[in-house]
Amino acid sequence: MEGRAVIARATKTVVPRRPRARRSLYLQYLVEPFAYLSPAIVLIGTVILIPLIIGISYSFQSIELLRPFDSGWVGFENYAALWSDRKFWIALENTFFWTFWSVSLQFLLGLGLALLLNTQFFGKRLFQALVFLPWAVPTFLSALTWAWLFNPVIGPLPHWLADLGILSEPYNILGDPELAIWGPIMANIWFGVPFFAITLLAALQSIPGELYEAAEIDGASAWQTFSKITLPFLAPMIAITVMLRTIWIANFADLIFVMTGGGPANSTQILSTYIFTTAFRKLDFGYASTIAVALLLILLIYSLIVLWLRKKLIKI
Amino acid sequence: MPAALRRSPAATVAKYAALLCYLVFALFPLYWLIKIAVTPDALVFTEGTQVIPSAVTLDNFRTVLLQTDFLSYFGNSLYVSLGTAAVTTLVAAAAGYAFSRFDFAGKKLLIAVMLITQMFPLLMIIAPIYKIISQVGMLNSLTSLIVVYTAFNIPFATFLMQSFFDGIPKDLEEAAMMDGSTRFQALYKVVFPLTLPGLGATLGFVFTAAWSELLFALMLISKNDAMTFPVGLLTFVSKFSVDWGQMMAAGVLALVPSCLFFIFIQRYLVQGLTSGAVKG
Amino acid sequence: MARIQLNDVKKSYGDVNVLRDINLDIQDGEFIVLVGPSGCGKSTLLRMIAGLEPISGGDFMIDGERMNDVRPRDRDIAMVFQSYALYPHMDVARNMGFSMEIRGDAAEERKSKVAAAAETLGLSKLTNRLPKALSGGQRQRVAMGRAIIRDPRAFLFDEPLSNLDAALRVEMRLEIARLHQKLGATMIYVTHDQVEALTLADRIVVLEGGDIQQVGSPLELYERPANKFVAQFIGSPTMNVVPVEGGAGGITLAGSKLTLPHLGDTSAAVELGIRPEHIDVVAPDQGMLKAVADVVEHLGSDTNIYARVEGIGPMMVRVHGNIPARSGDLLGLNIQPLNAHIFAADGTALRRADAIAA
Ligand SMILES: Nc1ncnc2c1ncn2[C@@H]1O[C@H](COP(=O)(O)OP(=O)(O)OP(=O)(O)O)[C@@H](O)[C@H]1O
Ligand SMILES: [Mg+2]
Repeated sequence: MEGRAVIARATKTVVPRRPRARRSLYLQYLVEPFAYLSPAIVLIGTVILIPLIIGISYSFQSIELLRPFDSGWVGFENYAALWSDRKFWIALENTFFWTFWSVSLQFLLGLGLALLLNTQFFGKRLFQALVFLPWAVPTFLSALTWAWLFNPVIGPLPHWLADLGILSEPYNILGDPELAIWGPIMANIWFGVPFFAITLLAALQSIPGELYEAAEIDGASAWQTFSKITLPFLAPMIAITVMLRTIWIANFADLIFVMTGGGPANSTQILSTYIFTTAFRKLDFGYASTIAVALLLILLIYSLIVLWLRKKLIKI
Repeated sequence: MPAALRRSPAATVAKYAALLCYLVFALFPLYWLIKIAVTPDALVFTEGTQVIPSAVTLDNFRTVLLQTDFLSYFGNSLYVSLGTAAVTTLVAAAAGYAFSRFDFAGKKLLIAVMLITQMFPLLMIIAPIYKIISQVGMLNSLTSLIVVYTAFNIPFATFLMQSFFDGIPKDLEEAAMMDGSTRFQALYKVVFPLTLPGLGATLGFVFTAAWSELLFALMLISKNDAMTFPVGLLTFVSKFSVDWGQMMAAGVLALVPSCLFFIFIQRYLVQGLTSGAVKG
Repeated sequence: MARIQLNDVKKSYGDVNVLRDINLDIQDGEFIVLVGPSGCGKSTLLRMIAGLEPISGGDFMIDGERMNDVRPRDRDIAMVFQSYALYPHMDVARNMGFSMEIRGDAAEERKSKVAAAAETLGLSKLTNRLPKALSGGQRQRVAMGRAIIRDPRAFLFDEPLSNLDAALRVEMRLEIARLHQKLGATMIYVTHDQVEALTLADRIVVLEGGDIQQVGSPLELYERPANKFVAQFIGSPTMNVVPVEGGAGGITLAGSKLTLPHLGDTSAAVELGIRPEHIDVVAPDQGMLKAVADVVEHLGSDTNIYARVEGIGPMMVRVHGNIPARSGDLLGLNIQPLNAHIFAADGTALRRADAIAA
């Protein structure tokens, strides 16, 4: 076909190129994006959405593998049981504590790290690669490592804490109901700071340099530059990152599960570990799903509030 | 950064002190991991709290590699993680491309659905997934793990890929199409080479995530020869009456691929998030 | 080579109609320039012709063949983008030869054609460079080279010179004119720049609000604008438009009567349009209008006077050559009746029936 077109041109006669007949371009424009999206849609639909709906339906059923003859639809019975379950309320409180301290400390340290990484210094590339490494460590391995670090027999932390006067004597805080939750929180901070640092660094790097130059010319101090330019620019990213991270951490059971298993005396039991024990220790899937639905609702409400606040407060 | 030029010496010292603190905080636990792995068994408890062991040995590594199923776990994990990373990246690249280049009915809804998948406790769907997979007879199959991991990683990978595509001007593809390419040729010859860093970052990110996943692997795999590395590692606890040294040695070995991958991708990760995701 | 026809071509995004019933017949080898204010749909029209944007309605034909549903690659049209859209990962030679690479032409042939095009555009020394190592003007040339090499039926340009500095623009403008002469290909060119439009075009298409306002040669648009929009859009400095009273025998402007026999019946006139260069400056008591010079600009070749005219308000006057007027001077102004335009209430220009035919 090309050859013919070239000849046609050379002889200056008009031989119309035969455009291949095809369906309307318009239709193609409508269909094309879905062609690219279909694998993603199919996978998410079958592996996540359908099981999710089944999972929600479990919360209205009694599915206890230990009592197979009692199964069937029970309406809101599970939810009523949840309301009067003392362990649920303890776990809820622990979830708040765990999530709040994990997120805020991860965020503050992550912001600090991102600000440092946004400056120039010797060996920055290597430093950045090393300091982000904890994120690549499989979570259960992080959990084990930190469990040892807190163990007075094979870890140095209790001794150091005692030397600093924070602990009266070097004992394992993971066995102390008052302090145990700080163990997993510590591990979580270690593991999660890189995530915040990476996203915030990305946001920092997209602030136009001219803004800083303008502020400099206007005579702004370092703190003024930070509070008047950097923070407002970061705010949208901060809101989204903190929201996603809060949700993720509230659901994040691995560290606690490996380090303390929810104990001692439920002092580190959060909702997601409670779901896990209910489902896989007690094999009560109906009730486990009920707790999960409750957690999902709480997180949904939380995200809606964050998104609403973000829209209200942030003008960029 | 002009501000950096007029830093006082005190500020510089404070900055390097802060950098050092971060570095120690990030690396000390990893150091401890390695330390336990190379400490001779006899000294693990007697020198438990000593920062530098008085003797080092590679015995643990030798044992792990030669006398346990570690290599099989490792191979399974490598297969699952590479498979997941490859499939996810492919699927997410296509989806991210659609999000970046097209306006279509239902786009907002799809994005919302993808966000919601990030929101609920995965535990909630483990039981249904277990049921479905056992019904299709895919328990103990590494393929089922790849499918499940792929689905869970698609949303984030899609957003990541979208932000990379957003950074590539649409003009370029259009120019290629004017130059006679099909859309596929334009993608392959023009967009693909430009988005290599993005593909690399996504690959690495998904690989790391799949490499460390424990929950689904625990639920869906029970046969020893199909176990992935995290599950296999847990069996060390019972099988060898918790041989810490060996377990740590296995852990250190398992860290190698994900850390290598991560060191390679982390720069692109920052770059990818910079170009597009910030608008959100 | 190509004759391009648009019959009632439409474009809408959802409920928004961006282009309405566009009718245009572009002859083979013609140089068409699209002008119009920002957002009027010039790029959209060009992209529809290119096939990058689906056509919502009407027929788009090349050489008598309906092309609405033909993909860009099969239309055999080249486009030069405002951003140049050079492939950043390919060197200049590969950028230029990309279409041949896609077509699967032999490497030898590709090489010689690229070399020839590079020679024509003065890029011979740069063929191994990546786009990021080129200046703006050089990138522009590469973008043109990429189009030329295709030997396409038609060329499309979307504001190709807007990223260049003034001197380079002039140079590239001449280059494009030369190219058109040499290739004799149909070209459609979008620009914001009056000078580019007036110097390059065989015909100019003025778009506004999704409609074609007028199509005509540069002179036609300048001398006989179809309506007030075109009158004010074409020509620099902008035409003065002032309110008048219409009348059968002539119009009344600030109390003075002006007969415009060449325009026939002027009773529907509500506004008079007169270009700054069509106003004569005379002694204060001899003019039809009395004015005070507010600001006077001496450009050497011309003198621009921003005047306040008694009973009318500000008007701009351009006099050829240098006249010794100064700010604050009293002036008399005379409107050249043969160059006056009058507009009805709806903005259309009034013309004598035979004048339109002419
Ligand atoms: N995807 C879209 N959805 C809705 N409206 C659009 C879309 N793309 C363009 N438009 C609208 O179409 C109109 C024409 O756009 P176009 O880019 O053709 O203008 P233009 O004449 O090239 O302007 P400029 O001179 O600024 O380049 C604009 O009002 C624009 O807002
Ligand atoms: Mg435009």
